[in-house]
Amino acid sequence: MKDTTTSAVIEARGLGLTFETNDGPVRALTDVDLSIGKGEFVSFIGPSGCGKTTFLRCVAALEHPTTGTLSVNGMSADAARQARAYGYVFQAAGLYPWRTIAGNIRLPLEIMGFSRADQEERIERVLSLVDLEGFGKKYPWQLSGGMQQRASIARALAFDADILLMDEPFGALDEIVRDRLNEELLKLWARTEKTIGFVTHSIPEAVYLSTRIVVMSPRPGRITDVIESTLPRERPLDIRDTPEFIAIAHRVREGLRAGHGDEV
Amino acid sequence: MRSILPILTVLLAIVAVWYAAAVWMNSTWTYDQAARAGVEVTFGEVVADTLAQERPVLPAPHQVAKGLWDGLFGQKVTSKRSLVYHGWITLSATLLGFAIGTVMGIALAVGIVHNRAMDMSVMPWAIASQTIPILAIAPMIIVVMNALGLQGLVPKSIISAYLSFFPVVVGMVKGLRSPDAMQLDLLRTYNASAADVLLKLRLPASLPYLFASLKVGVAASLVGAIVGELPTGAVAGLGARLLSGSYYGQTVLIWAALFAAAIVAAGLVMLIGLIERISLRRMGLAR
Amino acid sequence: MSGAAISPGWIVAAVIAAGAAFVDLRLAMLLALWLGAWFVNARLSRLKGPLPRWLVPAIFGLTLLALWELAVRLFGISPVILPAPSAIAARIAGSLPILWADFVQTALKGALTGYVLGCGAAVAVAVLIDRSAFLQRGLLPVGNFVAALPIVGIAPIMVMWFGFDWQSKAAVVIVMVFFPVLVNMVAGLKATEPMQRDLMATYHASYWQTLWKLRFPAALPFLFNGLKIATTLALIGAIVAEFFGSPIVGMGFRINASIGQLSLDMIWAEIAVAALAGSAFYGLVGFIERRVTFWHPSQRR
Ligand SMILES: Nc1ncnc2c1ncn2[C@@H]1O[C@H](COP(=O)(O)OP(=O)(O)OP(=O)(O)O)[C@@H](O)[C@H]1O
Ligand SMILES: [Mg+2]
Repeated sequence: MKDTTTSAVIEARGLGLTFETNDGPVRALTDVDLSIGKGEFVSFIGPSGCGKTTFLRCVAALEHPTTGTLSVNGMSADAARQARAYGYVFQAAGLYPWRTIAGNIRLPLEIMGFSRADQEERIERVLSLVDLEGFGKKYPWQLSGGMQQRASIARALAFDADILLMDEPFGALDEIVRDRLNEELLKLWARTEKTIGFVTHSIPEAVYLSTRIVVMSPRPGRITDVIESTLPRERPLDIRDTPEFIAIAHRVREGLRAGHGDEV
Repeated sequence: MRSILPILTVLLAIVAVWYAAAVWMNSTWTYDQAARAGVEVTFGEVVADTLAQERPVLPAPHQVAKGLWDGLFGQKVTSKRSLVYHGWITLSATLLGFAIGTVMGIALAVGIVHNRAMDMSVMPWAIASQTIPILAIAPMIIVVMNALGLQGLVPKSIISAYLSFFPVVVGMVKGLRSPDAMQLDLLRTYNASAADVLLKLRLPASLPYLFASLKVGVAASLVGAIVGELPTGAVAGLGARLLSGSYYGQTVLIWAALFAAAIVAAGLVMLIGLIERISLRRMGLAR
Repeated sequence: MSGAAISPGWIVAAVIAAGAAFVDLRLAMLLALWLGAWFVNARLSRLKGPLPRWLVPAIFGLTLLALWELAVRLFGISPVILPAPSAIAARIAGSLPILWADFVQTALKGALTGYVLGCGAAVAVAVLIDRSAFLQRGLLPVGNFVAALPIVGIAPIMVMWFGFDWQSKAAVVIVMVFFPVLVNMVAGLKATEPMQRDLMATYHASYWQTLWKLRFPAALPFLFNGLKIATTLALIGAIVAEFFGSPIVGMGFRINASIGQLSLDMIWAEIAVAALAGSAFYGLVGFIERRVTFWHPSQRR
């Protein structure tokens, strides 16, 4: 195992979150211990309702844990948010329809007070990073779903946060587009060396992308298994047919089944 | 129910502002009177006087309440000074006109949905007419009807009908067209007749739209009836009360008539809302 | 109904028209005109393309005008009851300066001033109460309630307070347009999706940044809904308020005064101006809406 304790970017200890709802408390997360090192690509996988989104939202300080501690870049999640430490990619692209693609990417830059010249330069850079050169002047609705999702990734990349949090970013896309974007995401990760937290429902996607796979289970939401990937960093798409890949995928499936246990 | 407290707070704030405004706006007269009489008035006297003037610039809420109470319950309902009497005259014209306008509006909407020529001929005009201040023709209709020997209820009802007609047409056409292609195709697989499609699908589906436009329509009908009472020279009805109040500077009278009109409007809209809730629940459309 | 064949309905209609000729030749002429125009429209409406979209309603409108003109002439209807369109047109052409002065007084000074002030105030109040859920829960039901009331009734009060000139008309208009715009704007400011707000939170955007960059643009379609409703209300308010007292100029004044003189052609002329002003006003706001909210699905067709 790498030296994750000293260079942990995200560190959760005994993390728990209980939602107080009208029909009683819902324990969305309990006893989550996890540390994510710099430059790691960590996937979260598990059945619906196991708290994947909730965990990501805690890291982004969009929810506040009720127990345990959480540090991001050595500070509290809220402080990290205020230091603009991460880019968040939601399940849907969520682009503002009244802004062009370039305008959407400019949004965080405006809010964070980047200079005008810097804005233009960054927009150009991230547009080419996600392969959308020349689409800056288009409006979101003029683009396909896959292109919109790439634009939303570009938006998250624009201000150079070193953590990227992605909540099922490709969930709404078809298999072929998804494969392409997966490949591109890996390249991007290799180029930028960001730390990535990635939620998915797809076992192949998780295995293909990650250095580590966190398996979660519901009621109450908790981590049941953490699987270290032995795949090389360089991964062509056909790596998915290798025995090594299939073995890891099998372990993940076993982990999921164990977590489900009595229910399935 | 959570909203009761905020609403009460807002209403209380309105009443408070109203009292303050009444004191402020009526004090000029008080000071004038005092200066003429050559006496000094204390602030307390000013407040007391401003809230109890005969013809205040702005009557205080309790004066309006008293005027309203007197108008509603202080007289025989047949008296010319009873707001019940005047309110009923306005209300009956409103209801008659509203009923006519609604029935004709629904009929035209059904025609528009079934006949393409009718749709293309009439619909653009029906939509355009909503941007036109139709109310401006109200006085003319009254006078022309008068010249034709028609007086009282009917001319006002025609204005009311006219004003509620277009919102109902536009809303109903939208509603009758609201079933989607799949629902229509389903009935086509049953080989249903046009009448069946209308009765079993289009009309039920249009009800939410109908009620929304009925609320707009009934409010417009009431305004139409009130304005229709202006040109005949203040004979009867809430509009006439407003007019005579403004002739003689009887502000309390104006405000009382205004509140009576508000009560009628609120009652009508609430009544439609009630019918809406009941019928939508019966049809299982309520949320 | 097949394209070429003439359906039984048409035959029945033609027979009725012919029958009417025995009763009254003039009636038959009107009926024939109506049927002829309707027949043309029925044919035209089956054609595809943009032309019938314009032509059919235009023919319908022109037919109504022609029927009106013909009926007035054939039956010799008194101009005190219904003046012919040609007479109205002549009156309009002959009284342009008066109509223009009335338009300036009522539409520009009264309605437009009140519209701008009332809508501006409503937007400002919506932003002010935006941070207080308590105030919104209290104000919205009250606002919705007031929006359904016959507010034109406050006209006599406003005339007493602000005098006969346009200021009192503007005051009526302010009150009339305020609540519909307020209610729409408050609803619009709530119309953002949680995801969009979360996005702003991950940027650590301030309240005002979120308001200006996200919630205000998202509220625009709602705002324009209110603004469009308000255009008609503004003209109605300004015209009707003049019935309760006005200087000797203004559209409402002219209508009221012409009633006394039984010069109905003048009233119709004013109504034509009012219709034109109303449509133009609404069209202008609609045009701005299309330019500003081009991104909204309802505008994208
Ligand atoms: N705002 C909230 N209020 C109350 N309960 C919530 C809230 N958000 C999430 N929950 C509950 O917390 C649990 C975890 O939800 P979460 O959204 O994290 O699941 P998830 O793993 O992302 O599921 P999915 O794969 O369907 O997206 C669920 O039981 C959910 O009902
Ligand atoms: Mg989720």
